[in-house]
Amino acid sequence: MVILLVTEERRGRLKRSAAELVTAARELGGDAVGLVLGADPGAAAEELAAYLPRVTALRGAFATAEAVAAAAADAARDLGADVVLFAADKLGLSASPRAAVRLGGALLDDVTAVSREGGAVRAKRFSYLSRVTETVEALASPVVVSVKTNALAPAGHAGARGTVEVREAPAPADPRKRVGERTAAQGARLPLEEARVVVAGGRGLGSAERFAAVVEPLAEALGAAVGATRAVVDAGWRPYAEQVGQTGKTVAPELYVALGISGAVQHLSGMNRAKVIVAVNKDADAPIFKVADYGIVGDVASVGPALLEAVKETTAG
Amino acid sequence: MKVLTVVRQVPDAEARVRAEGGRVDLTGVTFVMDGMDEYGVEEAIRLREAGHDLEIVAVAVGPARFADALRTALALGADRAVHVVTDEQLDPVTLAGVVAQVAREEGAELVLTGGKQADWDSSALGPALAEHLGWPHADWTTRLELAGGELRLRHDVDDGVEELTVTLPAVVTTQQGLNEPRYPTLPNIMKAKRKELATRDLAALGAPAPRVRVVSQEIQVRPRLNRMIDGEPEEAAREVARLLRTEAKVI
Ligand SMILES: Cc1cc2nc3c(=O)[nH]c(=O)nc-3n(C[C@H](O)[C@H](O)[C@H](O)COP(=O)(O)OP(=O)(O)OC[C@H]3O[C@@H](n4cnc5c(N)ncnc54)[C@H](O)[C@@H]3O)c2cc1C
Repeated sequence: MVILLVTEERRGRLKRSAAELVTAARELGGDAVGLVLGADPGAAAEELAAYLPRVTALRGAFATAEAVAAAAADAARDLGADVVLFAADKLGLSASPRAAVRLGGALLDDVTAVSREGGAVRAKRFSYLSRVTETVEALASPVVVSVKTNALAPAGHAGARGTVEVREAPAPADPRKRVGERTAAQGARLPLEEARVVVAGGRGLGSAERFAAVVEPLAEALGAAVGATRAVVDAGWRPYAEQVGQTGKTVAPELYVALGISGAVQHLSGMNRAKVIVAVNKDADAPIFKVADYGIVGDVASVGPALLEAVKETTAG
Repeated sequence: MKVLTVVRQVPDAEARVRAEGGRVDLTGVTFVMDGMDEYGVEEAIRLREAGHDLEIVAVAVGPARFADALRTALALGADRAVHVVTDEQLDPVTLAGVVAQVAREEGAELVLTGGKQADWDSSALGPALAEHLGWPHADWTTRLELAGGELRLRHDVDDGVEELTVTLPAVVTTQQGLNEPRYPTLPNIMKAKRKELATRDLAALGAPAPRVRVVSQEIQVRPRLNRMIDGEPEEAAREVARLLRTEAKVI
């Protein structure tokens, strides 16, 4: 089985998700080859060579899903790849379906696990707003797989370093799609998807000021990222980049603290893989308590600050 | 210009989804038009209201119940609807091929669809459709303007927000923030009954072979402690912090 692992350079470095894709490749078994795309992919390719015997870097403009899909499909064809792996970040989710169509293959998207059953590639993924876990099997080849970020443990380095070949990307960017200005998500805070702890707030916080006064210090004390519900984002209290849920981000932290959040399914779908959930809500019947490990019925205005003090005491001791 | 909006009829988010014998069982579940697709229908109507000369065709590929989503789209303002009827569960890439066939036959120049569907939890339909058609696509769109055969868009990327210019024909996937979908009014619901809702047979469109098979489905259950901590705020908070440290070992 030949596996092509597709990743991009990000600010000159290898994306964190690349090591998770290596885990997927090892799960499947076979010969894995790395493809690193980017304007300056050399250093990232060297990083990837610590995991894989062979890495190709393509230097070029890969700002669009179209360009990434075309390069990945070409490489997969040249290699005779049976499986093509992408990270299921926004770019990967956008490029992988195009690559699957280009290759006439099957797409298993946003998966949390991969395996081989006999000759077939299988994967696990969520459906019905994350209420269902399903096992799917590819019926066509090659199999394009996008792997949910943070779902698999990052792989360790291989025993021997692989070879790296850097090439110029042949095709110029498609003039039908032009990328303009890019504005980075607000703040230099910890990226939500990578955070080990998330402190999230909902409409129960009452105002943007109260949200900032209660959620931010607690997040600070826990070394956590801040999350928000859609109701909070719609109200303009917090930026969309902080929204957790179906139309926001999916997180899988060790600890998720939900303050003044009702627990609507669209919100749960983004956070229900958290290992431990703490919920504070003044309504004892709030649905969030059904998914919580520890719940406090109370007003966030008093329980929030109390939690901050308690966390400080506990972690200091 | 012809605009297609692709819609799906999915379980209501609050519906209780059950699974039995390794399959999701949807009997008794209430279905609604996928909230994500509503943004696409709304945006097409707004383009027309902004003065663009458009025919809006709502398209659905799925079982008989999908006709309800099409009727809703007609009541909202779509001019006519096409329903490719099938009980087969097609994966997004295969289904995108069917929609592409309809788009070609219709001579559409813009296709709008939801960014992520609430039943199969996939965002692949839009990009796969664009590739089948050989068109560019923009996904996770939060702003859209049409001028001189070009779309100027804003959409979400991993580390923020990006501006895009896309030449038509193109596929756009829609999401929250793009607009606030309207509700169908009673007169418009009545008017929609006289609009054309054509049905097509999947076989007539080339009956594509599915590329993915669902082996099994189970309700995702993650055992939770559901432990409620009583007491005054300070007391309860201290107890939770202690449990997080000593029992859950996460702080
Ligand atoms: C297509 C679609 C996609 C969506 N995507 C998302 C998504 O990605 N993310 C998301 O979050 N939502 C999403 N939603 C919205 C979702 O359905 C809910 O409306 C939303 O999550 C509610 O946010 P909330 O819990 O902050 O607010 P509310 O539902 O208003 O709940 C506020 C809670 O705070 C409690 N409360 C009030 N005052 C206090 C107080 N003083 N102390 C303690 N508790 C208090 C209340 O008891 C209540 O439970 C989506 C909806 C649709 C239709």
